[in-house]
Amino acid sequence: MNIDDFLAYIIMPILSTSSLLVFIRFLMGPSLSDRVVALDLLITIGIAIIAVYSIISHRPSFLDIAMIFALIAFLSTVAFSYYLEKRKRNE
Amino acid sequence: MNDILIMIIISLGTLFILLASIGLLRMPDLFLRMSVTTKAATLGVGLILMGLAFYYTETSITTRVIAIIVFLLLTAPISAHVIGRASYFVGVKMWDKTHIDDLKGMYNTKTHDLMSGFEEEEKEEEKKESNENLNNES
Repeated sequence: MNIDDFLAYIIMPILSTSSLLVFIRFLMGPSLSDRVVALDLLITIGIAIIAVYSIISHRPSFLDIAMIFALIAFLSTVAFSYYLEKRKRNE
Repeated sequence: MNDILIMIIISLGTLFILLASIGLLRMPDLFLRMSVTTKAATLGVGLILMGLAFYYTETSITTRVIAIIVFLLLTAPISAHVIGRASYFVGVKMWDKTHIDDLKGMYNTKTHDLMSGFEEEEKEEEKKESNENLNNES
């Protein structure tokens, strides 16, 4: 079995399924914090999908985008929690 | 041979990511969900990126992969701690079967200061020390 076929037909569907499961939690999430955690995990799965896709399409330059995604995930989580805490304090 | 090694590493990483997403969906509580996702998803992404580094075996790509993995390992615990702290202040409810809450009553909910629970003993010790100093001076 070729490695490209393996990645395209087995790994990618599993990653897509897991991102769909996380998206269900993103829609359901009872509190705002649940949605923030789900968004963080969604971006992390996005990094994994970009890595697998860069193997399938033989373009290693996609890795730069994965690096930026990792940065944005951290920044967004910190910003969301900062404003969550601040909103509670102002009320 | 090399291809099979890459396949095994990437499959392991995908398995961890799938487990993390199932845990996020099935766990009963925000804090339990965070404890599942942070560790498993970081390990899974790290394994997939390691497989990518083994696939290309070039110096520039390996350096980028190491940079991404180190950055993820540094930031995942920090972001989990920050969001957990914020949601504890906001008042996210814990699971019914979680009985131990060590932070209960330790946080000042207005100024967000953490108390250690030994404030009164420390004050008494300070009083004793100041009294001893006064006695020595006199």
